[in-house]
Amino acid sequence: MTALDELFVKVRAENRAALIAYIPAGFPSQSGCHKVIEAFIAGGVDAIEIGFPYSDPVMDGPTIQDAAVTALANGTGATEVFQALATASAHVPAVVMTYWNPIERYGVDKFAAAISANGGSGVITPDLTIEESQGWASATVSSSINPIYVVAPSTSDSRLSQVTSKCGGFVYAASLMGVTGARTTVSSGAADLVERVRKTTTLPVAVGLGVSTREQAKGVAAYADGVIVGSAFIKAMQDAPDEASGLAAVKELAIELAKGVREGR
Amino acid sequence: MTTEPQIDLSQILGHFGPYGGRFVPEALIGALEELEEAHRTSQLDPTFVAELAELHRTYTGRPSIITEAKRFAEHAGGARIILKREDLNHTGSHKINNVLGQALLTKRMGKKRIIAETGAGQHGVASATAAALMGLECVVYMGEEDTKRQALNVARMKLLGAEVVPVTSGSRTLKDAINEAMRDWVTNVETTHYLLGTVAGPHPFPTMVRDFHKIIGEETREQVLELTGRLPDVVMACVGGGSNAIGIFHRFISDPSVRLIGLEAGGDGVETGRHAATITGGTPGVLHGTRSYVLQDANGQTIESHSISAGLDYPGVGPEHAYLHDIGRAEYRAITDEQAMHAFALLCKTEGIIPAIETAHALAGALQVGNELGKDAIIVINLSGRGDKDVQTAANYFGIPLD
Repeated sequence: MTALDELFVKVRAENRAALIAYIPAGFPSQSGCHKVIEAFIAGGVDAIEIGFPYSDPVMDGPTIQDAAVTALANGTGATEVFQALATASAHVPAVVMTYWNPIERYGVDKFAAAISANGGSGVITPDLTIEESQGWASATVSSSINPIYVVAPSTSDSRLSQVTSKCGGFVYAASLMGVTGARTTVSSGAADLVERVRKTTTLPVAVGLGVSTREQAKGVAAYADGVIVGSAFIKAMQDAPDEASGLAAVKELAIELAKGVREGR
Repeated sequence: MTTEPQIDLSQILGHFGPYGGRFVPEALIGALEELEEAHRTSQLDPTFVAELAELHRTYTGRPSIITEAKRFAEHAGGARIILKREDLNHTGSHKINNVLGQALLTKRMGKKRIIAETGAGQHGVASATAAALMGLECVVYMGEEDTKRQALNVARMKLLGAEVVPVTSGSRTLKDAINEAMRDWVTNVETTHYLLGTVAGPHPFPTMVRDFHKIIGEETREQVLELTGRLPDVVMACVGGGSNAIGIFHRFISDPSVRLIGLEAGGDGVETGRHAATITGGTPGVLHGTRSYVLQDANGQTIESHSISAGLDYPGVGPEHAYLHDIGRAEYRAITDEQAMHAFALLCKTEGIIPAIETAHALAGALQVGNELGKDAIIVINLSGRGDKDVQTAANYFGIPLD
């Protein structure tokens, strides 16, 4: 069992959803990223996703795109991703979220082993289809980490069961058809999708895309096992006049969201 | 003794050996499966096939002619140089072949909106044209850098009723236009078809786009046999994503005596790092939904490409080219900006044909190969596009004042 698996056992026992926070490695700077991780933990997040910034983030909206540009300009690569992962996993369950090419370039088995060596529980691979996942599946087994796949509202029931059967840790349910970024409302399609996913697996289901407020977190926590927030934290850093106030805003947002995931049921 | 039917394993699930496949968000799988099915059934539907053939005959202007370039050939070791005139197609390049096919498929799938990426603007113009012809809404994503380099084509697309969205992310060129088109598609996939313009991207695009362009090679083979009485020694084409090259290569793949040579954009020279020669200077990786050669760094980040030609300025290449390269069936060489512009000027002055700068890379390759093979050789070049759109770039390059 990974630390992530254990977390979901715990939150299920507490009858609440887990709060999962996302930050790209190297954003807003190498040291700044580690401070954001500390703010996450001080604010009470349950798990952390470290993003591997990528030059061609086709699933990301402008907020995460901008953060990736900053992180890449800061010289972020695999080394920095693993350092951030180690910082996070020292406190809470932590995973890496990355487009596929950086994994393939690093070496599939080597990447899985490095995740494990840095205390990581798994990897979210949003553009790795199950058809192309054979090598990755065996690498994640060898390194005892969770392969986490993303499903979408357009995913058919038959395909959902194929995808969730390959998942470990949790199933990442994208709340809507679109790219990452804060939305004023969380799509009603999310609840339907979670319900359809549950018919195929007993794994926990976490919802991402568009969640930014305590109210939204509360709404999603009513039916999901995890609430994933990314762009809202990045925006808090980007909008702040300086790093210190950004970090304070991140911590404040985490505290609010942590309340939200406890109010859903 | 019976012969077992030959199954090409490399083609299953859109793979070409280790290349191709599908690396996309799950949200797009349904649309890709729908497209694959629409393409498969349409190829077996006589009505669809006849409709596309009729459009090619009465709208595109197919079959495109071949022209023997005798004065140009004097500079190519005296080899016989035959040009396949895709530049004479409606909209001025080979791009229309694929666009009309995919626009018909869009209607067949009941979708009303197409989106497209464009580099040089050729594919954007062709897409806007097909959208106008078939009453579809059309949005074209174009890197901001390219909207400046290809202002004439931007105006053309607007005249045709398309919306042109300048893309300001990343390197602001073709790669980033594809990123932005994919973001649009993931959001609007219910109503929208992504009319991808090259033989790259996730399955079924590399196969489907090739199927719509293979008519180039089919016509060429017959025309050259009729003109010369034999198969050519070499078939050449420029390679960015690689659609015109696959189009002319495909019918010749099963003719082992015919050398297939793709000419990549060498920019300032592959050794400078400022180039777009993906097979010559890249490594295997995944970009834009497919595994192929990619210009990338040690962390798998895409390296920005450089070329005087907007249409070749792409750090990826179609997966079938990667495969043809690895199995040794096709060769790929890099042509620098300078070599391409020399060939560009030469064709203008020896044959009265202004080629696209993309195409000029293939012409420069023919000058090399002609001199290597000498005068008994027959070399076919896919003259993939005309150079009207490049007049300003060429005038600047050659120092011709524009008022």
